[in-house]
This record gives sequence, C-alpha cells and structure tokens, in this order.
Amino acid sequence: MRVLKALALAASVFVATPALAAGEAPAAPNAGFSFNALLGTFDRGAQQRGFQVYKEVCSACHGMRLMSYRNLLDIGLSESEARAIAASFQVTDGPNDEGAMFERPARLSDRFRSPFPNDQAARAGNNGALPPDLSVITKARHDGANYVRALLIGYRDPPPGVTVMDGMHYNEYFPGHQIAMPNVLNDGQVTYADGTNATVDQMARDVTTFLAWAAEPETERRRQMGVKILVFLAILGGLAYATKRKVWADVKH
Amino acid sequence: MAIGLHDSQVSNPVLRWIDQRLPVVTMMQKEYGTFPTPRNFNYFWNFGALALINLVIMIATGIFLAMNYQPHTAHAFDSVERIMRDVNFGWLIRYVHMNGASMFFIVVYIHIYRGMYYGSYKKPRELLWMLGVVIFLLMMATAFMGYVLPWGQMSFWGATVITNLFSAFPIVGPEIVTWLWGGFSVDNPTLNRFFALHYLLPFVIFGVVFLHVAALHITGSNNPLGIEPKGPQDTLPFHPYYTIKDSVGIVAYFALFALLVFFMPNYLGHPDNYIPANPLVTPAHIVPEWYFLPFYAILRAVPDKLGGVLLMFGSILVWFVLPWLDTSKVRSMRFRPVARIFFFLFIVSFFVLMWAGGKPAEQPYVIISQLATAYYFLWFLVLLPVLGKLEKPLPLPESIAAAVLGTKAVLGGGPIPQAVAAKPMEKA
Ligand code: HEC
Ligand code: HEM
Repeated sequence: MRVLKALALAASVFVATPALAAGEAPAAPNAGFSFNALLGTFDRGAQQRGFQVYKEVCSACHGMRLMSYRNLLDIGLSESEARAIAASFQVTDGPNDEGAMFERPARLSDRFRSPFPNDQAARAGNNGALPPDLSVITKARHDGANYVRALLIGYRDPPPGVTVMDGMHYNEYFPGHQIAMPNVLNDGQVTYADGTNATVDQMARDVTTFLAWAAEPETERRRQMGVKILVFLAILGGLAYATKRKVWADVKH
Repeated sequence: MAIGLHDSQVSNPVLRWIDQRLPVVTMMQKEYGTFPTPRNFNYFWNFGALALINLVIMIATGIFLAMNYQPHTAHAFDSVERIMRDVNFGWLIRYVHMNGASMFFIVVYIHIYRGMYYGSYKKPRELLWMLGVVIFLLMMATAFMGYVLPWGQMSFWGATVITNLFSAFPIVGPEIVTWLWGGFSVDNPTLNRFFALHYLLPFVIFGVVFLHVAALHITGSNNPLGIEPKGPQDTLPFHPYYTIKDSVGIVAYFALFALLVFFMPNYLGHPDNYIPANPLVTPAHIVPEWYFLPFYAILRAVPDKLGGVLLMFGSILVWFVLPWLDTSKVRSMRFRPVARIFFFLFIVSFFVLMWAGGKPAEQPYVIISQLATAYYFLWFLVLLPVLGKLEKPLPLPESIAAAVLGTKAVLGGGPIPQAVAAKPMEKA
C-alpha cells in the first residue's frame, strides 16, 4: 500500500508537467503513425519514400545538417544505392596541396549537403524567411510528427476577412496561420519507385515518417532495449520482494 | 581512541591487514551492517538511498557526456546531437542523464516532504536537515546550469531570464548580472563557466551528502512514529533488513526510470530545446524545467521584481529555520490531527504552484499562484508555530516496539509481550 502511495505521489508529478504553448493554431489531428505507438516501429517503405520526397522537394530549401549519407543504410538502402545518392551531390572539400578548396562528389561519410551556404543566403532565397534545418524538427515541435504532417496538408484559402501578408501563405496548423513556406506538395509531385500513388496525403505521411526517424534514429533499438530491461526488472523485483518477505518473515514490524 | 593498529575482527587476512591500518571494513560494518535502525520504517525511508544512487548515476553519465560535449555556442547543440547519433550508446547516456535529473528531483521532493511529514527536522536532527537543504540548493544550481549546456532555445532563454533576476537587486544588481554572464549577454563565456560549474557542483554535492550521512549516523534515523528508539527491541540491524527493503525500492525506482528513458525520453522536456539557441527569437512562453515550476510561480506571483526574487529565494530558505518554526513537541503528523490537515493543504499548494508555474503569466493563473504562495508561507510562518502551541496531539505510544508488536500480536492472536502493557496508538 505504502509503495502505491509513493508511486502515486511520483506519478502526480508527471501530471504537473508544463502546459505547452498551443499558439493560436488548432491541435494537429492524430495521423495514427505506427512509430508513435509505445512499441511502434517505422515503416521502411514509408521511410524510403519519405527520403525521396525530402530529396526531391524539401531539400530545395531545408537542410538536414545532422544527417550523413551513411545513415541511409539504416532505412534499408543498399550501400551502392546510398553511395550513388551521395555521389549525386557535390560538396566542398579542401584545401588541397595548392591551398585551394575544390568540389567533389559526396561520400557516405559526408553530411547531407545543405541547400544554402548560410542563414543569410537561405533568407535571401526565401523572401526573408528562414527555412529551419529539419534534422530534429519532429522533436522540436509539440506532438511533432502529427504537427508536421498536418502542416504539409494544412494549406487553405484564407477565411473571409483574413488578409494574408505579401509572400505569406495561409495554413490552418501553423501558429498564427501565416507561413512563409508555400504549399510545396501537389498530387503526383514525385514518382515513387515502388509504384505507390503520390497523393499529397501520402507524400506528407511519408516525408513525416522519414523526418521522425531522422530526429530519433535510435527509436527502435531504444524501445527493444526498454522492453528487455523492464522484463528483467520485473523478474528482479519479484525476487527482491520475495527475499524481503523471507528476511522479514520472523520480524514483527 | 588509542594509537596503534585497529583491533580488527575481520577474518579474511588481506582485508584484516587493511582494516587494522585503515578500519574501513569495520566502519562499513558498523554504519551499514549492524547499524541499529528503527524497526518500523515504511517505504518512504527508501528515498535517501535512492537519492544517493541517483547522484552516482548523474556523475557517471555526466562524465561520459563531458567526453564528447563541446562547451561552445557554435558547437554545443550539435555536439549533444552527435552524442545521440554517433557515440556508441550515446543516446542512452544522454537520456539517462537528462531524465536522471527529473528522477533526482522526484526522489528528493519525496524525501524532503517525508521529512516534513514525520518531523525529521526536529531536535536533534536540525543540522542534518539543514545540510539537506544545502544539497537541494546545490542541486537546483547544478540542474539549472546543466539545462543550459545543450544550448537550445529554452537553455538560452531560461539562462537569460534567471540570471536577469539578479538585476532586481538595487545598485549592484546590473553589475552582478554582467559578472555572472562574463559579458553583456548570455554568450560563450556564460556557457563555458556554466559547464565548468556544472562539472564541479555534483562533487560538492557529494561532499555535503557525506556530511549529511555522517550527521545521520550520529542521531540515527527518525521513523514514522517520530519517537526515539529506547532499546534493542525497537531497532533492527540495517543489514539484512533494510538492505533488502531498500533493494525492493531501488528496483521500483529503476522501473520508473526505465519507462521514462526508453519510452518517453522527451516527455518531461520542452520541444523548444531542440531548436538551437537564437538570441534574436524569443520563445512564446519561457518555462523552466518542471521541477522549478513551483518556485517560478512564486516569483511571478509578486508584481514587484525584487519582491518576487526575494520571495522565491525565501520559499526555500525558510526550510532552514523549519526546526525552530515548528513549536510542537510531537514529531510525526500521525499524532497531530489538526496540523496534518493543514500539512496536506500545504502539499496541495505546492502542486498548485507547480501547475500554475507552467501557465502563462496571466489571469486566472496569477491570482491562483498568489493564493497558493500565500498559503505556502502561511503554513511555515503562522500555522506551524501556532498549531504547535494550540493543538492537542494524540497520545504517543510507549515505544516503537510497543506500537509495533502490540497491535500485531493482538491481531495475530499470539501472546502479548510483557513490555506492551500500554495501549499502542496506531499500527506502524
Ligand atoms: C520553397 C522553399 C521551401 C520548400 C521547398 C519547403 N519548405 Fe518548409 N519552409 C520554408 C520556409 C521559408 C519556412 C519558414 C516558414 C516561416 O517561418 O514562416 C519553412 C518552414 C518549414 C517547417 C517549420 C514550420 C514551423 O512550425 O516553424 C517545416 C516543418 C517545414 N518547412 C517542412 C517542409 C517539408 C517537409 C518540406 C518538403 C515536403 C518543405 N518544408 C519544403 C520553405 C520551404
Ligand atoms: C547533481 C547531479 C547532476 C544534475 C542534477 C545534472 C543535470 C543536468 C541537466 C538537467 C542537463 C540538461 C539535460 C538536457 O536537456 O540535455 C545536464 C546536461 C549535462 N550534464 Fe549534468 N547533471 C549532474 C551531474 C553532471 C556531472 C557530474 C557531469 C560531468 C562530469 C555532467 C555533465 C553534463 C553534460 C556534459 C551535459 C550536456 C549534455 C546534455 O545536455 O545532455 N552532469 N545535466
């Protein structure tokens, strides 16, 4: 009983976690992502398709500087596929023996190439707005995966009476509703190698799956380890409690 | 003690050789083996051991983090992510450290309120209690500076808001802030010194914990009845009785810890801290970590900045004088039917403050914070001193053994031991 009381006290601490800034946007609908479940895993197909969407659409504006091409092996690409993808990007290396910087095709060990050399260039290319790096985007927003997916499908005509500022776009789920990012997904925008129909919703789900994995690439291993550790602790706890009962059996307390 | 080799009782020859010259084995045996411990502890007495384990976990994981962490504004954020991605089991080390801080505060809050409920701060344990308050203050400083290290938006803005509090002090305030920052804003020098201090303070905590435990072993532990053991029938040797009881608690603690680390590692954190620090963009709501929220609420409950700062610090400093504010002769709230009700309201006020601290500084949260703050101080400064004088406590049991054995024996139908002539108050 007393243990329960102690645990209840500890648990009530969780209830008191800070309320997160909701902004003025409605809460993102639950997209039912498999990886959002307590023991969920990522859909490999969706991850690979999502990478394709990122590469062909989002990477025009957004970098993912924490990702390396070698990480693509973890979503099921073969080494030669990953090498080929890397080699399709030119990165700056050097200085060479003459002291000059030079361009070369990227290798597996290189970080994803960012579209802009610096934030200023990124702003200059985007009407003054900065497209954030997407490496950890789903960790950096409340209910991140559902939010990103909702954002991507949340472009609407502004409701009557609302004027959208120059260079801005109306989005149902963006806090304040006016976002500098245009609607970038249209049906058939990409051609999936596996024949999946590239609807806006499909692409939004896929790229979100990829981004969620990129933000927490250890997720699957972490959960598997967690299950083992909890099972171990359950057994250990049973043994410890049984031993405690035995030790205390002849003592009134 | 006589000069010369210690008269060691250890049988192992190697250990005895050591023990004769440095009686650590004898000491451990005395302090953790045969140490006479009240026989009636409940599971709330696990939390001291848990706090010690938690400190060790923080230091162990912290040292491995420090091997890969870069205390530079341009690299700190990415170095933490690199730990998460490219260091072997780096994600595990970092999530254990991050959630370990939350676990530490959960454990220590329970430990502190346990002490308040059972009157563990009262004579002769005043200094033991005060050392505990010192540990708590050091923990707060350590956790605050640790939270700055990943250099996310909340790191930066939290550091800015909290260090700025010192500017409220007249005349010297702004000077203090510049001195704390090492410049004119929170910047690289601030990050560097926070890292140095964040590495140092846990070892200072370790030192104070040692004193805390040393003081404990002078007075012995309090217990749920709040009466001192009167003889061997009231106590049990620490080992095996409490080593095994603590083990049960430790496994439960690890289970909760594992649940956080493996399944919801970012649940207690704020998503904004995964946005790299940006001095030009202020987050919509700047909130500290959950464990600081009650004090943050007190800070914001006062319209005047200096008043808020003083009240916030005062809300913890008042713990130092708690042994003298409480005028009751009786320790345990079990025997204080009136004070006990107000005590539970005090706990409620703490949780209300924690909740309100996470809300924006607007109505109705401000007025709620003000009411809860008022009750918080009312409890310490008025209710405790006055109730100690006015309240008529329930009669205390003769001894721990009387309370424990009496009821049990009656319940079990066994023979009632001779010593238990008096009516025990309550089952332990
Ligand atoms: C034409 C350039 C461009 C493209 C292509 C683009 N974005 Fe953006 N994105 C932006 C800009 C600019 C912003 C900053 C918006 C703002 O702050 O108003 C942004 C912001 C975002 C945000 C952050 C929103 C927030 O809550 O702050 C996300 C998430 C995002 N983009 C995802 C994507 C994804 C996924 C894709 C690919 C499907 C993509 N973007 C393609 C320009 C682009
Ligand atoms: C009293 C014990 C300690 C407490 C309460 C504590 C608390 C914290 C907190 C709250 C963070 C921020 C976590 C995050 O959001 O990432 C942190 C980070 C960090 N701590 Fe500690 N810590 C303690 C001991 C130590 C020790 C002893 C070391 C080093 C020897 C250390 C090294 C670090 C490092 C390098 C970071 C930055 C990496 C990161 O942010 O994950 N800590 N600490």
